[in-house]
Parts: sequence; structure tokens; C-alpha cells
Amino acid sequence: MKTPTARRTASGTARTHPRRDSARRGFVARLLRKPTAAGSAGYLLLVVLVTVPAGPLAPYSPDGQDLTAALQGPSGAHWLGTGELGRDVLSRLLHGGQVTLLGVVITLAAYLLLGVPAGMVAGYRGGFFDRLVLRTADLVSAVPVIIVLLVVLSVFTGDESAAMAANGLLGAPLLARVVRSATLGVKEELYVRAAVAGGIRDRVIIRRHVLPRVTGVVLVQASVYGAYAVLLETGLGFLGLGTTEASWGSMIAEASKNIGTDPWLLVPSGFMITSFVLALGLLSDGLRDTLAERYAAPARKPPSRRRGGGLRGAASQPVRGQVPGTAGVFEEPDTEALLSVRGLTVSLPIEGTPTDVIRDVSFDLRAGEVLGIVGETGCGKTITATSLLGMLPADGRIASGSVLFEGADLAGADAATLRRVRGRRIGWISQDPVSGLDPSFTAGAQVAEVVRLHTGCTRKEARQRALELFAKVRLPDPARIAVSYPHQLSGGMAQRVGIAAALAGEPALVIADEPTTALDVTVQAEILDLLRELRSAGTSVVLITHDWGVLADLCDRAVVMYAGEVVEEAEVTDLVTAPAHPYTAGLLRSDPHHAVPGEPLPAVEGAVPPPPQWPVGCHFQNRCPRVSEACRAKPVVISQLAELERSTRCIRPLELIGGPAHD
Amino acid sequence: MHRILFRWLLGAVPVVFAVTVLTFVLTSLVPGDPGRTILGANASPAQVRALDAQLGLDHPLPVRYWDWLASALHGDLGDSVTSGVPVSDQLTSRLGVTLSLIGGAVLVAAVAGVALGVLSALKGGLLGRVVDGISLVGLAVPNFWFGLLLMSAFAVRLPVFPVSGYVPLTDSPTQWFESLVLPVLTLGVPATAPVAKQTRDGVLDQLGRDYVRVLRARGVPERSVVLRHVLRNAAAPIVTVLGVVVVTLFGGTVLAETLFVLPGLGGLAVTAAQTQDIPMVQGVALVFTVTVTLINLLIEVVYTMLDPKVRT
Repeated sequence: MKTPTARRTASGTARTHPRRDSARRGFVARLLRKPTAAGSAGYLLLVVLVTVPAGPLAPYSPDGQDLTAALQGPSGAHWLGTGELGRDVLSRLLHGGQVTLLGVVITLAAYLLLGVPAGMVAGYRGGFFDRLVLRTADLVSAVPVIIVLLVVLSVFTGDESAAMAANGLLGAPLLARVVRSATLGVKEELYVRAAVAGGIRDRVIIRRHVLPRVTGVVLVQASVYGAYAVLLETGLGFLGLGTTEASWGSMIAEASKNIGTDPWLLVPSGFMITSFVLALGLLSDGLRDTLAERYAAPARKPPSRRRGGGLRGAASQPVRGQVPGTAGVFEEPDTEALLSVRGLTVSLPIEGTPTDVIRDVSFDLRAGEVLGIVGETGCGKTITATSLLGMLPADGRIASGSVLFEGADLAGADAATLRRVRGRRIGWISQDPVSGLDPSFTAGAQVAEVVRLHTGCTRKEARQRALELFAKVRLPDPARIAVSYPHQLSGGMAQRVGIAAALAGEPALVIADEPTTALDVTVQAEILDLLRELRSAGTSVVLITHDWGVLADLCDRAVVMYAGEVVEEAEVTDLVTAPAHPYTAGLLRSDPHHAVPGEPLPAVEGAVPPPPQWPVGCHFQNRCPRVSEACRAKPVVISQLAELERSTRCIRPLELIGGPAHD
Repeated sequence: MHRILFRWLLGAVPVVFAVTVLTFVLTSLVPGDPGRTILGANASPAQVRALDAQLGLDHPLPVRYWDWLASALHGDLGDSVTSGVPVSDQLTSRLGVTLSLIGGAVLVAAVAGVALGVLSALKGGLLGRVVDGISLVGLAVPNFWFGLLLMSAFAVRLPVFPVSGYVPLTDSPTQWFESLVLPVLTLGVPATAPVAKQTRDGVLDQLGRDYVRVLRARGVPERSVVLRHVLRNAAAPIVTVLGVVVVTLFGGTVLAETLFVLPGLGGLAVTAAQTQDIPMVQGVALVFTVTVTLINLLIEVVYTMLDPKVRT
């Protein structure tokens, strides 16, 4: 009668943790799938397997002498040569491994037996014990370990086990600190809180739930500390403070005595130690990576990647081949304009494949004008703006098109030309004002640096000019701001400093990338006032925004971007009152400023497709309420609307020009 | 500044106290009778008792510790059991050697580490992997073995530098320099690895920050972006790593000084341990611990100067 019950209990416990067991198996499997980690683990296992049975395995006795064959190189009889008194190096290496391995085992035993429970209890219980553990860890990390070990060895002469145990004890508080923080994370998880609420005893919770979760972290720490123990043990052996038997360290000491006559002796023992420590280090790297994957696993392999694979291969290749030329309205650059962009196409590697992220972008900006660029996040507004200055993300390149600014094409310009334009002819105002400033320098120093760079004046003049600029952007108390660090400034003040720096080179054009997005509403208005003043002073502005209010308030013309393309370009009043592209119309309808109280805000259904998933025809086809077969057939070219100063990328522009904006 | 000093004292005093208590308790465990050890087997029990009394060994442990601490605070660390010379004399005469060794090694690690780290962050690719590989191997190679390789190559095969020994700076600056080159490289080259790794990670992290993009947009030359702004912001964690490096270098001097027969504190610690010269071991442990805590203070001060958020 007893057997079935016992079996039921056994299978019952097995069933309660099937996921954890499979997770653990998966952990080892994933670890061993990494070639370096698997190789290192295999190598360590091999070393253990040959050193433990060294007695029967080694060809000679470790202390067997053969005075006729002392200090010889490798030979058939002695594969790794001989040392002093003709002792066989290979045999001594195998036997010596036992000493080192024993030392590592002793260290790790003390390290783990003290560190793991202390860390778990400190993390789980908190309170006095927690503070004690942390304080001890602080204390131990300031103690020179080797000196303490020398003290131990001067007391327990030649007793290496005592030294290695002391080494483990000295490391244990540091392990406890790591285990503690891992435990803190586990403690907050729902199933642990549920177990606590369920009245399960702490000891059981720690053993059942906390221990399995901190095991990975402990393994990483143990392999690192094991590597350290190997170095320490061989060091003590080298100093002759450890055992008098053959050991890897004492073999190096032997080699050092004979360095003039037999340098070969250095090789086997040195290789042995280095390779063993290296393998432990690589194993710990592998453990750490596997551990990181375990919790990040879902994010690493989005399903769309696999499903989209075929689609992308089919869609993006032909599209890239069919890039519409700069046919249509934008034939030649407008030489009258301050800035004239034509057919600008930027390509970035996405998962290894060079992919267009903006395509065939064209627009003009006349001197003194303010041009807005609108669109949802991910439409390529910022990429467009930064590529005007030749600043692309790593490995990005301008695939085609031109950026004509004051008569020079910046798209093909070299680094020196671009640097002369940046800051001096074109100023840049960034989106996040505080992180746009270098945290280590005062606001005054940063602006003065730019002033000096562009005017070549003295430091003193530059500082003076920085104060003038601060007054110009209406910063209160410029002298105080000048000696403030970015973290001492509010967002609005930081943005004024950023604008002052952008104006330091007296540029003809300022590009502002959502300059008010990160700011409070009241501050937004003040910053917009500054931009309006700029415009009155004759400076041209390219303003990136997704706020129709800002656009209508400040801009003369606007460009609407969708999925890397310009879909509409018009004077702002025309654009707002009578959008021609369905995307513009949709964006306008979803503008919160036009929200009707009590009714849901209409939104454009769906999301902007990322560049690898751009469809063949119109990019907006999957979200467009007016889509037809023709929209999906081939890329749509941007074209001018009859007799109007505006253009759109739609084969069926809304027949609403001059009529009401809403269906 | 007062806050730093106060916080440092709060940490340093317990450390020094703990280490001295620990060494004292440990050394009281020495088997056998110190008086007997010193006087030899032929001494009469009365002579041994007299010496024990003279050494204060007939008092209980806390009293002995208090006596030792009180004299230590007055600069008296007792006499060496083996040579009879005052411990403090030995320590002061040897501290200079160890400090020049560690100073040189830190200099090598800092300069080479930062240069390699910046280069690999900027060039990426192959150089980055080389730095990774070097740091991995650098951590795995025992420094005494690396020292022997250097010795074998540059002192035995090509006799450029002396195999061992030390020449004081005051005797001959060039010979002093030559006698330190190999020991300094022995400790400094492997220590380059963690510095280079931290520098590379820090520089790469900073290069991705917004302010770097803004600086470039303002036309600031790349050289100035990297050397003036990025490196400045990456400096604080590098200094922390250097602090850890210095502490491990103290351990390394024990091996390097023995290997190159330098008359420093590390070598002294080894011989003292071998000969069970307890007052000497205690003295070395005290000096090491105090020096390490002083270095931690220095690191803290530099760190504070580097980070305006902490400073202001």
C-alpha cells in the first residue's frame, strides 16, 4: 500500500515544478549551444578528469628523479620535457593540478556556504542582518586579501587549505551582496508574494522559490571567483608559501630558477594556469549571457521577424529597384531658395540589410521662411533633418538626391565642408534640451566654446558674447546661468541655452527638432515666441513638429511626411483648410485641438509601417479609407495639383481643394 | 569636501580596526611559544618566561591588542623577531620602493588603457575585438608568469634590463628607472585590460548620447568631441576602475617584488610570513590597509571633482 502513495507524492512534486525543471534543462542546453561556453566547460571537465586520477594516469611519479635527464625539452620519453633532477613535467603537471583544484574547491565551498545563505536571508528578511551583510561587504572590499592570507600562512605555516578557506570567507560577503540584490528582485514577484500570503514558512520559500532563481547569478560569481582562486593558489605556490608538493605554482617557481638555462619550463605550467583561468572566465561570460537571454527571450525574437521575412524579401527588393526618379514637380533644385532638397534618399542597415528609411524627399525653403515638417513618429522627420547636416546614424548613407544650401550640395560634401556649415550657417536645436547639453560643463562654457569655434575670438570675448546671447534668448540672470551646470537648469532654461548655442555662429538657417515637446505648456509658448523673433530677424527655420497648432502659428509652408516619404507639401493655411492627401486629412481630424467634448477623438487606424515593411504602392494604402487597386499597383509619384502652389503624393487626391475639409 | 572626509573616516577607521584586530587574533593562534621560538630549545623555562613577560605575552589578548594599538599610534610597531630592527624603520625604508612600483604600474595602466579603449571605441570592429581578447587573456595570465616571460625576453635573451635588484633613485636615476621597467610592466600591462574595457564601454555609451549629436551639429570638431567632452564624461567610472586596479596591484607587489627581488613591502611581507616574524607581518598589514584606504579617499576626491552633480 505504501508504494503507490509514495509514487503519487513523487509524481505530484514533479508535476508542481514542470516549468522550472524544463527551464533549468533549457538553461544548460542554451549554455552548451554557445560554442565558447561549451568548449570551456568541456576543457575544464577534461582537466578535472585527467588530474583527479593523476596517480595511475601519469607516466612517472611526480617526484621520480632521473639525474641524467634533468632540464630537457620535450621528447618521446618525457612529452613535456623534464625539470630539475629530471622530474617529468607532464606527471608533475597532472599531480600539481590536484593541489590547485583542491584549493579552488576549498575556496568555493567557504565562499558559497557562507555567501549564498547570508545573501538570501539578507535580501529576504532585510533589517539589521541586511545592513550587517552590506557593511561587511564594504569592509572586505577595502582589505588587501593577499596580506590577510600571508598573515594566515604565517600562523598556519604551509597549510594552504587554511589560506584557501580564508580566501573563500573573505569573498563571501561580496557574493552575499550580489545574491541579496537578486533576492530582492525575486521577493517582489507575484508568486513569492502569494506564497508569503499563503502562510508558507520563510525557510521553505527561500529554499523552493528564491534559491532556484539566484542560482544563475551564483554560478556566474562562483566561476569568476574560482578563476581568482586559481591565480591566488598558484601565486602562493610560486612564493613557496603553500604546499611543498608539486603544484602549478611551484613549477613556475622552478622555471624561474632555471630561466637562464631552460626557458621551456615556463611554457607547460604557464599554459596550464592561463588556459584554466581563461576557460573559467569564458564559462562565466557564457553563463552571464545565457542568464540575460532567459529573461529577455521573448523580446529577442519578435514573431514579425519570421513572418515578415518572406514578405520583406519580396517587397523591399523590387521597391528599391523601382525608386521613382525625381520626376514630377521637383525637377531641378530651386537656385533662388536658401535650401533646396531634391530626391533625398537615406539608407541604413536594418538587421544587416541596407534599407531606405527616407525616400525621394524634396522641398524648398526660401530665405526668411519657416518650413514645418509634420507626421507621426517613425515617418522619417528627424532623419530628414539630421541628414541635411550630413549627420546620419552609424553606417547610414545618403543613397541619392541633393541638399542644395547657399549654392553648395551638402549631400555629397566632405567632412570639412560640413563642419564649416554646421553651427556657422545652419544652427541646430534639439528635442530634449537637458540631455542635449554636456553634463560636465557649465552652460556658459558650452556656449562660449561654440562662439570661439565660429568666430575665433579670445576666451574672454567668447564668455562675454555668451552672456549677450543668454540675454538675447531672455534668460533671467545670465551671469548665474553661465556658471550653472545642465542638471541645475529647468527644461525651459536648458532649451534657451540650447537656442543661444545654436545662434552663436549667427546661422542663416535654424533646424529645430520638436523644440517644445519635452517642455511644460507655459514654457512652450515662450520658446515659440523666441522662434518667432528669429524669423522676424530674418533667420529661416525648419521646424519639426507634430503639433498642428504650432505649425499653423509659426510656419509659412509645411511638408507632411508619411513612412519615409513626403506625401503633401503646401502653404500652411491651404494645408489646414483643405488637405489633399488622405493622410493629412486623417492627421488633422485626430488633432486634439479640434476635439469635440464628449466624443471620442478620431484617430487614423493602424500604425506607421517600419521601413522593411513598406508596401510596393502607396505607403499609406493599408490605413487609407479611399484605397483602390491602383494604389497598390505601383509607387505613387508626387505631383503638383493643377495651378496651385502645392503638391501631393496621391493618385486620387481629395477632391476637396477649396471645399470643406471633412467628408 | 568635509562631507567626503567624514564619510571616508566612517569607512576607513572600521577597516583599519578590523584588519588589525583580525591579524592580532590570528597571530595569537600561532602554535608554540614565541619566547621559546626566539630563544631556541636550549633556553631555560625561566628565560622563556622572562622574555614572554618582556614581550607582554603574559597579558590577555585584549590588553595586548590595546598596548599594541597605543604604541602603533605613536609610531612604534615593535621590533622584528628575526632581525631585532624596529618594524617601523623597515617599513618606512621599503615603502618608497613599493609606491614607485605601484605608481609606475598605475601610470602604464591608465595611459595605455585609456588610449586603447578610446581607439577601440572609435575604430570598433577588429580593434574592439582585439581589446576584448587582450582583456580576457590579461585577466587570465598570472602576473608572476607574465613577469617571468618579460624577464626571459628582455633580461636574459636580450639583456636590456637587469634581471633583478633595485637601485635607489638617489644613487642613479637611470639605473633606478631601468631596475623598475620590467616590474612595472609586469604589473601594469595586465592591469591595462580592465581600464581599456571600461574606457571603451564608457566612450561608446557617451558617443550615443544626445549632447554628442548636438555638439556635432554645432560644428565642434570630432577630436574635441571625443577628447574634451566624451572622455570627460566617461572619466568618473574609469577612475573608479583605476581605484580597484590600485588595490589589486598591492596584492601584485607581493609577487612582483619577490620575482624581481625588490626591497619593497610585498617582498618583506613574504619573508616575514615565511619566518613567522609576527610583529613584522602585523606592521605590513597595517601599512597596506592604511595605504589602500588613503587611495580610496583619493579616488573619492577625484570622482567628486569629475562629477558636477556630486560636486555642486
